[in-house]
Amino acid sequence: MSTLSARPTSAVSRSRRTTVTVQAAAYNGSYAEELVATANKIASPGKGILAMDESNATCGKRLESIGLENTVENRQAYRELLVTTPGLGQYISGAILFEETLYQDTRKGTSMVAELNKSGLVPGIKVDKGLHPFANTNGESWCAGLDGLAQRCADYYKQGARFAKWRSVVSIPAGPTSIAVRDCAYGLARYAAIAQNAGLVPIVEPEILLDGEHDIDRTLEVAEMTWAETFKYLADNNVLFEGILLKPSMVTPGAEHPKRSTPEEVASYTLKMLRRRVPPAVPGIMFLSGGQSELESTLNLNAMNQSPNPWHVSFSYARALQNTVLKTWKGEEANVQIAQESLLKRAKANSDAQLGKYDASGESADAAKGMFEKGYTY
Amino acid sequence: MQASLSSRPNIACRSQFAAGAAATSKRSRCSSVVVAGLATEKDNPFAEELKANAKHISRRGRGILASDESNATTGKRLETIGVDNTEDNRRDWRQLLYTAPDLGNYISGAIMFEETLYQKSREGVQFVDLLKEQGILPGIKVDTGLQVLPGTDGETTTQGLDNLGARCEAYYKQGARFAKWRAVLKISEGEGPSSQAILENAHGLARYAQIAQQNGLVPIVEPEVTLGPGAYSIEETAYWSERVYSHVMRLLNEYDVLLEGILLKPNMCLPGLDAPSASPAEVAKYTVRTMMRTIPPSVPGIHFLSGGMSEEESTLNLQALQDACPNSPWSLTFSYGRALQSATLKTWQGKEENWGKAQAILTALAKANSEAQLGQYKGPHPAPGGGRILQALRFGGAGK
Repeated sequence: MSTLSARPTSAVSRSRRTTVTVQAAAYNGSYAEELVATANKIASPGKGILAMDESNATCGKRLESIGLENTVENRQAYRELLVTTPGLGQYISGAILFEETLYQDTRKGTSMVAELNKSGLVPGIKVDKGLHPFANTNGESWCAGLDGLAQRCADYYKQGARFAKWRSVVSIPAGPTSIAVRDCAYGLARYAAIAQNAGLVPIVEPEILLDGEHDIDRTLEVAEMTWAETFKYLADNNVLFEGILLKPSMVTPGAEHPKRSTPEEVASYTLKMLRRRVPPAVPGIMFLSGGQSELESTLNLNAMNQSPNPWHVSFSYARALQNTVLKTWKGEEANVQIAQESLLKRAKANSDAQLGKYDASGESADAAKGMFEKGYTY
Repeated sequence: MQASLSSRPNIACRSQFAAGAAATSKRSRCSSVVVAGLATEKDNPFAEELKANAKHISRRGRGILASDESNATTGKRLETIGVDNTEDNRRDWRQLLYTAPDLGNYISGAIMFEETLYQKSREGVQFVDLLKEQGILPGIKVDTGLQVLPGTDGETTTQGLDNLGARCEAYYKQGARFAKWRAVLKISEGEGPSSQAILENAHGLARYAQIAQQNGLVPIVEPEVTLGPGAYSIEETAYWSERVYSHVMRLLNEYDVLLEGILLKPNMCLPGLDAPSASPAEVAKYTVRTMMRTIPPSVPGIHFLSGGMSEEESTLNLQALQDACPNSPWSLTFSYGRALQSATLKTWQGKEENWGKAQAILTALAKANSEAQLGQYKGPHPAPGGGRILQALRFGGAGK
């Protein structure tokens, strides 16, 4: 879908006093074609993203849950297990890494990046600097990371990353206040523009947190407002929509709402939201799992792909791909192969869901266990 | 899905709607928390009807006949064929259009000026009923004209919000099922519209759309980035169009407009009047790209205006759009005024003996554009080789 033209020479912004020449185009610099190609490669049929960009602290929590110490070697061993899974490239088109992992080698001396490229996975990198308390709001957070971002992105590109990720959050129990929604959108838009100028496809992630007692209608309301604001700021910042990917949360009731929703209801609400807010120029929408169980995440994705969509509708799952893998590995070398097989199994399930042909028979009870943690920090 | 020309929902529905309004507004008094407003899918009793009518108007192979010229503008048209600007002549002209045989095979909606909405044919039949017989939904222009924005270089805002709710209610009662409001943004000599003009016009469109939906009328949202003098490129038109539409979509969200129940009426992307003209393929490439970047799929129909294009150009460009976007999520269709009426008017010449011939030309033009909408137009064109059909922007209120 590459319909890029030569950059127009100039456009004059109307003013009575001065004449100023401004860029009159979405990003159309030297990386433009590559961005579009990368975005489309990641958003190809039957493929999704493996999110494995947990910070060292969060990765530590994962290792702790299977009785392992949070050391650089253990993190290395775990990530190596993931990236060297044979055949992963059949179902996974990209992997998001934390900075440590982007610069890490496997124990046999090959780089993590090389292993990913060998399997046909595009390496991605988390570039935000985490959430901070937001002054004068209702206990909400804002996402930091714009300072020095241009340089960081350039360095990451050199190291082999080709897409980036920035996660901002919106809290329904806290409001959300319009200040918080605006800042979430603003930060994402500025990050996206900077990333594109450095050759990285930005994944745009305003996560509407699962926490809360609200019903699915309230989630829809907040999601629509958040995406309207986000697209407005993206457009204002001349972001090239053909070269981004979205990472939304699905539209579900809050975790503490008494009534659960079926996959069909989640799909119907989520698709309605997407159809109302996402221009078709965006090639791919890669959902986060955000505390849903492995099974739920796959069923919901499958329900969304029962008829053709104007954009690729797929997954970018962390917990929903890794949960069983971790529990199977338990840190034992002897379990590496069987753990890798369980990753492949989950990846294939979600690949099938992306194609709308997932069959849930043969799933274990473990896959159905919820992974919601109230007040989860990452 | 059958279009519904049902009578208004009963009064009980409306007061329930109003009660819902009061309840929600209490909630919105709490600081700056994000809330939805009153016209959401759940709260508006017209919601299903709006969605059905929007879908019906924008269905494949159909488009809109824009015949909502004000009395003054209609007068200018009649003048060109030596016909006096009287109410009877205006009535005759519209009767010619609305009774063209088989028009309803190609036209799904007709936009009217207020006078016309309430007019009857010579035989005493309401125009809304004549259109209904053809299967054409009546629409109504509800804006009251352009005004210059102070301090700008001739940029305009569109007026008409005062008393709009009551007017829409009355129009619905008379049989209108969709409305139209035209906002105009200017590019000239390479200068894009000012942010003042963009914000002001986007605001007007969003408020109008919200009010129309509250009263059962599908709003046609028309942010026209108008063709102007200068040698500016088609890429610049595309860029400024993107800027304008992104503001419009943002405000439609802010004012809780139900997107499944609107229609969009944008300009195609064309280079400036003094630049070399673009081929249909080029027009299609930039127009499609602009729509893909700005219009979410839940808007059922995008009805392009013909603004400045000749009749043949309007059809060829429409065909090219289908070629460039064969699986478009919205219908890429037309809402043509001059591109359907010019040759028709010239053929009529105000003479009774030309009535049938003029109607035949109109139907042929509608058919050509219907085929183009389906991607099946082959030609020859019923009104070939015309040049640009331009008109200067008119200011002032309606009825002047």
